[in-house]
Amino acid sequence: MSKFDPGSLTAKGVHLSFGSNHVLRGIDLHVPQGTTASVIGPSGSGKSTLLRVMNRLIEPDAGDILLDGKSVLQDSPDELRRRIGMVFQQFNLFPHKTVVENVAFALRRLRKLPKDQARAKALEQLDMVGLKHKADVRPGNLSGGQQQRVAIARALAMEPEVMFFDEATSALDPELVKGVLALMTDLSKGGMTMVVVTHEMGFSRNVSDTVTFMDGGVVVETGPPDQLFTEPRTDRLKGFLSDVL
Amino acid sequence: MDYLNRLGETFLDWKQIAEVLPSLFAVGLPNTVVLALASGAIGTVLGLILALMGISRNLVARWAARAYTDVFRGLPAVLTILVIGLGFGPIFRELTGSNSPYPMGVAALSLMAAAYIGEIFRSGIQSVDKGQLEAARALGFGYGASMRSIVVPQGIRRVLPALMNQFISLIKDSSLVFTLGLLSSERELFQIGQDAAARSGNLSPYVAAAIFYLALTIPLTHLVNYIDNRLRTGNKPKEPDTAAAVVGKGASA
Repeated sequence: MSKFDPGSLTAKGVHLSFGSNHVLRGIDLHVPQGTTASVIGPSGSGKSTLLRVMNRLIEPDAGDILLDGKSVLQDSPDELRRRIGMVFQQFNLFPHKTVVENVAFALRRLRKLPKDQARAKALEQLDMVGLKHKADVRPGNLSGGQQQRVAIARALAMEPEVMFFDEATSALDPELVKGVLALMTDLSKGGMTMVVVTHEMGFSRNVSDTVTFMDGGVVVETGPPDQLFTEPRTDRLKGFLSDVL
Repeated sequence: MDYLNRLGETFLDWKQIAEVLPSLFAVGLPNTVVLALASGAIGTVLGLILALMGISRNLVARWAARAYTDVFRGLPAVLTILVIGLGFGPIFRELTGSNSPYPMGVAALSLMAAAYIGEIFRSGIQSVDKGQLEAARALGFGYGASMRSIVVPQGIRRVLPALMNQFISLIKDSSLVFTLGLLSSERELFQIGQDAAARSGNLSPYVAAAIFYLALTIPLTHLVNYIDNRLRTGNKPKEPDTAAAVVGKGASA
């Protein structure tokens, strides 16, 4: 049984332009409940932008976003983001708050939990990522890997239905990457619905249920990892894989 | 030698200094502090509003804040104080029946301080990494709540030293309120020194006033440096970081 209460996520024909720059050109992505989809592709292919459109940090110009089969474009974007956890490349922890305050902040202010309950829940979440003993330290005193695990705990504390990871290990020193990837693997195995934008081909191949290759604002190929990594159909994906592997 | 003696008599006539000390203490010091504190507090509130207008997504608000800041930062302090004090003084007098130019002095200092403080706040808020706003919004906070609870507090913390410097400026600029012709109980440090100097024809009372100013400003300057240092080095961890100790960061040996 899953320890999460995840939902499915679907993007349908999503378009986005910044001025004359057509960043997303009709993206379709379907992530079934409890599965992990990794999104790979060269820099500037629109992967990170796609995540931000799917939780409406950026509003799409056209297309639809569905969470659990229901369109979310009519709802309040703030409500939507409470249902989708997001982890960033640069962690983006709040440096003026302690580790436990970082995790408890949204619980108190958005979930309206009383202070002691929010703290207890935050500590529980920190325990899960192995950092309970750092609860009262400021993020600046943690290593990058520890900061990213706190950021994951912060997102999980809101009990999201879907988790987004935006190149969550790209800013980490090589020896710290493993711990974060292990935690992400645990979440994936634990039944969370995840969309993982990553340059970690090992994770993409071994952990995710589907892989989506994006280039130039379109989905070039999508399918199970074995298919994409061993029998790429397009020259673009072949070229990309030969560059990164 | 003769010149030295003459300079000594002009500036360091102890009798003159002793004579002016009581009123510097009892009248000048409190008035200077009240002028600086009151205009500092009002200026901080107005400055924060100006800063928020300056970064708002509303074009009119941004433009209004810009225009205000350009005008009040671009004028000499003495001109602003005279124009506000003499121009709005009579209206204020009719409305309140008060004859004192003091509130007009506070108003003028506040309006000037707001322009500078607004710029300080704005630069601080804008220096906060964009990821902070994004992270708060990704958690489900709206734009306003994210700014209020995450971005603005960090921006303000960062500019505390600059704010303290602005307060030191206010202590000095409060001397210009003398141009409005204060009542005798309202005189601040500078005017008390000036009045005593005019009566005696000796400049020692100015020196006495100067010492009072320095007694206020020098400790504050060092406080600024202290705060600045603390902010720069950040809060130390409560316990040595065993994970980082290997690399030497928190190593105790």
